[in-house]
Amino acid sequence: MSSLRNIDRRDLVPSSISQVRTNVKFELLNYFRARRFYVLLAITLMISALLTGVVGYYRPASYLSSQLGFYASWWGTWVTFVIVLSGIFFGGDAISGEFQNKTGYFLIPNPIRRSTIYVGKWIAAFAASSLVLAIYAATTLANGIYYFGAIIPSQFGESIVFALLYLVAVLGFTFFFSSLFKNSSLSILITAILFLFVFNLIQNLVAGLVQIEPWFLLTYGSQVIGNVLADPYPPSVSTRSFGPGATNLTSYNASIPEGLVIIAVYFIVTAILGLILFERKEFT
Amino acid sequence: MTSSSIEAVNLSKRYNSFYALSNLDLKIEGSNKCVGFLGPNGAGKTTTFKIFTGLIFPTEGEAIINGVDVRKDKKAALASCSALVETPEIYPALTPKEALTMIAETRGIPREERNKRIDEALAQVKMEEWTSKKVGKFSKGMKQRVNIASALLSDPDTILLDEPTVGLDPRGMTDVRDIVKSLKKNNKLIFMSSHLLSEVSDVCDEVAMIDHGKLLVYDTLANLTAKSSRGENAVEVGLSRQIDDGFVKTRIPELPGVVTVDKLDEKNLKIKFTGGVAAQEEILSELVAMKIGIISFKHGYSSLEEAYLNLIKDSR
Repeated sequence: MSSLRNIDRRDLVPSSISQVRTNVKFELLNYFRARRFYVLLAITLMISALLTGVVGYYRPASYLSSQLGFYASWWGTWVTFVIVLSGIFFGGDAISGEFQNKTGYFLIPNPIRRSTIYVGKWIAAFAASSLVLAIYAATTLANGIYYFGAIIPSQFGESIVFALLYLVAVLGFTFFFSSLFKNSSLSILITAILFLFVFNLIQNLVAGLVQIEPWFLLTYGSQVIGNVLADPYPPSVSTRSFGPGATNLTSYNASIPEGLVIIAVYFIVTAILGLILFERKEFT
Repeated sequence: MTSSSIEAVNLSKRYNSFYALSNLDLKIEGSNKCVGFLGPNGAGKTTTFKIFTGLIFPTEGEAIINGVDVRKDKKAALASCSALVETPEIYPALTPKEALTMIAETRGIPREERNKRIDEALAQVKMEEWTSKKVGKFSKGMKQRVNIASALLSDPDTILLDEPTVGLDPRGMTDVRDIVKSLKKNNKLIFMSSHLLSEVSDVCDEVAMIDHGKLLVYDTLANLTAKSSRGENAVEVGLSRQIDDGFVKTRIPELPGVVTVDKLDEKNLKIKFTGGVAAQEEILSELVAMKIGIISFKHGYSSLEEAYLNLIKDSR
């Protein structure tokens, strides 16, 4: 009788997909009521407002000489920053917070897999970040239409798709780092330092000084977001000489397939590692 | 009819060389009962609960709920079991109603029953006036009430409660005890840890004691206290005025069944006696007849306390 009762109970428990949906819903509710979402939104709107003001007042040639140049400068230059901030804001402590704040104690002792919670949190973070990205894309588009008319270059559409793929990889990476730690501040700090300083520093050192293509860096792969808006697409290697001793400075540009592969590999590897870590981590 | 069960089979948890739990074998089964889980700090009580709820994983052994190993299929094992371990935090931006809706949806409580169940659970923990306020503004005790409501929400067969009265005010503690008592009448198997021996005596029917990660004893409360007290019971008597030493030294000890009489202070006595309820009744009527100003007469928990202290002392 009891086993029958248990079977009944088990039948009541929704599928993992359904539980992911529940998780996403309440994570988003939590995000939209929390201060950090509005802080990120404010930063994004501030960037948009500053660009609108500066470009409108000074009319810089780099922005207004060509339509593609406008989208490359406005969108291609700044959107990666917005994406990295989204990753830090929504992914930095997504998992570590469950341990430090003890919110994990509320949901985990229920009939739900840890992977379901991980995926639900990830999708919610992606949705919230996408909303911020959409707002930035809308302001870019509004200014683009104002300066160059309603015909929007197809490369901007491609760039938006690449930006979303980069967001997927950034969140995969930040979730992985968040799974490594039980301390929210530490995981946020390390993620921020990595994306805002370390990756760029390594990229410049490796490419500029030792002339090695930094194919192993996610930020290198993200170049496709801006490069797709350049006409022609930048060469994969370019060397410039400068100074009295004619010092050579080499720069590399990821091709679109290269960039997409780097982004995909980063997402797959970090998503799997992050999931494994969260599955095994203990609430001690 | 097979009843609900919670079973630890050779359950161990090791952190480097330290054993938080060591080969714990314990099988609790039945319904309409509450089993107390006692032990000093660091004995392994919370570790046991955490393993049963998938918060941590055993180094060895199995944690089985209603026949399902938690490690192998947590979703199935916890389908008919709910738990409260430590004091969980709820997303601060959610209201109690939203937090419970999340649990209700996760557990698959049918949509048409959801709101009713949530309202009932919140009413049971006396939080009905706070359903739409954000949890982030709540005190620890209020959060704990919401946590208890979440454990009651799905009407589970088996409930694990790890020190459920922690953080609650005296009224809250009484409320929780009353809730546990009412759950017992409703076909539930409750496994509850507590530091409060009086709470365990009040609420539980059986007791499992643990120390250094090892099970010391698992028995009914009656057997445990009887063994420890060698058949003796105790009552505490409250008086409205100071009592004459003559009563303490001669007249009361002469009453049938009385073994010892101790003055706790000027207005409180502790009387140990042999025999059951009948002996207790007899002693009370004799004391009243002595006109010594009795204003209270309650069961002394010394038996469980003694059993606890003896067992813990022996294990160290």
